[in-house]
Amino acid sequence: MKTVAKTGNEAMAYAMKQINPDVVAAYPITPATEVVQIFSNYVADGEVDTEFVAVESEHSALSACVGASLAGGRVMTSTSSQGLALMHEILYIAAGNRLPIVIALVNRSLSAPINIHCDHSDTMGSREAGWMQLYCANSQEAYDSLIIALKVAEQTAVPAIVSTDAFIISHAMERLEVLEDQEVQQFIGEYEPRFSALDLENPKTFGPLDLQDYFFEHKRAQIDDFSKVLETYERVAKEYAELSGRYYPALEEYKTDGADVAIFTAGSTADTAKEVVDELAEQGRKVGLVRMRMWRPLPVEEIKAALGKFKAVAVMDRSDTMADFGGPVFLETRGILYDAKKKPLLTDYVYGLGGRNIEISDIIRVYDEIEKVAKTGKPEKLITYLGVRGEE
Amino acid sequence: MSMKFDRPMNWKELPAGCLIDEAATSLRFKTGDWRSMRPLWNAEKCIHCLFCWITCPDTAITVQDGKMTGIDYDYCKGCGICAEICPPKASAIEMIREEK
Repeated sequence: MKTVAKTGNEAMAYAMKQINPDVVAAYPITPATEVVQIFSNYVADGEVDTEFVAVESEHSALSACVGASLAGGRVMTSTSSQGLALMHEILYIAAGNRLPIVIALVNRSLSAPINIHCDHSDTMGSREAGWMQLYCANSQEAYDSLIIALKVAEQTAVPAIVSTDAFIISHAMERLEVLEDQEVQQFIGEYEPRFSALDLENPKTFGPLDLQDYFFEHKRAQIDDFSKVLETYERVAKEYAELSGRYYPALEEYKTDGADVAIFTAGSTADTAKEVVDELAEQGRKVGLVRMRMWRPLPVEEIKAALGKFKAVAVMDRSDTMADFGGPVFLETRGILYDAKKKPLLTDYVYGLGGRNIEISDIIRVYDEIEKVAKTGKPEKLITYLGVRGEE
Repeated sequence: MSMKFDRPMNWKELPAGCLIDEAATSLRFKTGDWRSMRPLWNAEKCIHCLFCWITCPDTAITVQDGKMTGIDYDYCKGCGICAEICPPKASAIEMIREEK
C-alpha cells in the first residue's frame, strides 16, 4: 500500500493498469478522455499486456468490447455522457449476453444544451440496461470501486459501470492509497470466462434470433441473475475491506443513529453533505446522511431499513426524469417505501444540473426545510429545483 | 449443460446469456414450411450445370458426385432463384404453387 496524489481520472486509469485487462476499446470524450489517454500511455510503455483498440465511436468501442468479451477476454472501457448515450443499444447487448465488461465512467450531463459538467443524467438514462451501477464520492472510492466491480461483474456475469462526478472528482487532485499491482492481481484472480468464441473444440452459437418462443425466458433468467448481484457485491466488498481496510457498503449511512431527518444522495455531494452533518450535529441538530452508492441493482431492503428510521428525508437528485415527478432516485425510493411499515415523509431536491455548483449553504437549507417537514408533518413542496434562478 | 430440444425449456434450464451451447443448431429448424412456391426438378431435362446449386441461398440443392440429385424441401423456402437461373434451353426447374 502506498499513498499517492491523483485525480479521479488518474485513479481510474491506475486501477485499470493494475487490473491489466486483455482488451480495452475506447473513444475519447470529455471529461473521461484522460482515463483512456493515460491508459494508452501504459500500453505504449509496455506496463500492461492489453490489446488497446482505438475505434471511431463509442458505439464501436462497446461493440469491440462485446466481441472481445465473447472471445473470453477480460475487457474494460471508459466513457461519459454522449458517449454512454451512443453506447446505449450495445449496453443491452453486453448485458443480455452476460458479458462482464466494466466501464470507468465520468458522469456528465446530456445535451441539449451542450455542456461538459456533472450531473447524473447519463447513467440514470441507462439504468434499465442491465448493468450494475456504482456512484463514487471521491477518487479513492473510484479506484477501489473499479477493482471491486470487476470481480463482482466476473462472478455474476453482470457488466458494471463505476462513475465519478465530472471535474468535481475526475479532475480534482486528491490523496489516496493504492494497492500494489500484485495485490490487485491476487484479489481479482485469473479470469475464467464461462464460454469463449475462440474455443474451437466446443463450438457454440452466440446471439441467435430469439422470438416469441424464448426471448421472455432469456430475459427472466437475466433478471434472476441480476437479483444475485447485491449479495455477491457485499461479499466481494468485505473481501476488499480485508485487503485494503476500506469498506464500501451498497448503501452508506452517516451519523444516522438518533437522527430525525436525513438527506439521501449520491456522488461527491454526499461528501459535501457529510461536512454539513458534522457542523449541524455540533449545534445539536439531529441530522444524518444516507448515501446511495449502488443504484443497480437497487438495494431495496437496505433503503427501506435505512430511511424507515427518519421522520423526514430529502432525496437529492442530480438528474430529472422528465416525468413531472422529480428525479429518478426520488421516484424509485417512493416505490421502495410504498409498502414499508415505517416510512419518512419524502421530498425531492433536483440540483446541480449541468455542473451547477452545490454549496454548503444549499445543503443547510435542505436540512432546515426537512426539519420543518418533520415538525409540521406536511411538506410545503414535494419537488424543489435547488439552485436554479427563477425558483423560490 | 446440455440443452433439451424435445420440449420448450423454462427459464431456469437455459444456459446464461443468449447462448446455445452447440453449433449448427439451425439444422434442426426446418424452414421448408415457409414456402408458398415449390420448385419441381425434372431429372431428364437437367444438364447438371449446377448453377442452381451455386446460387441457392439455403444450400437446398442436393448434389452427389458432381451431379444434381434433387431439392431438399426441409430447407427450401421457395425463393425461385434456381428456376430463374436454370438455362432456358434446359428449363429443368419449374415453380408451382405449394397447395397444388
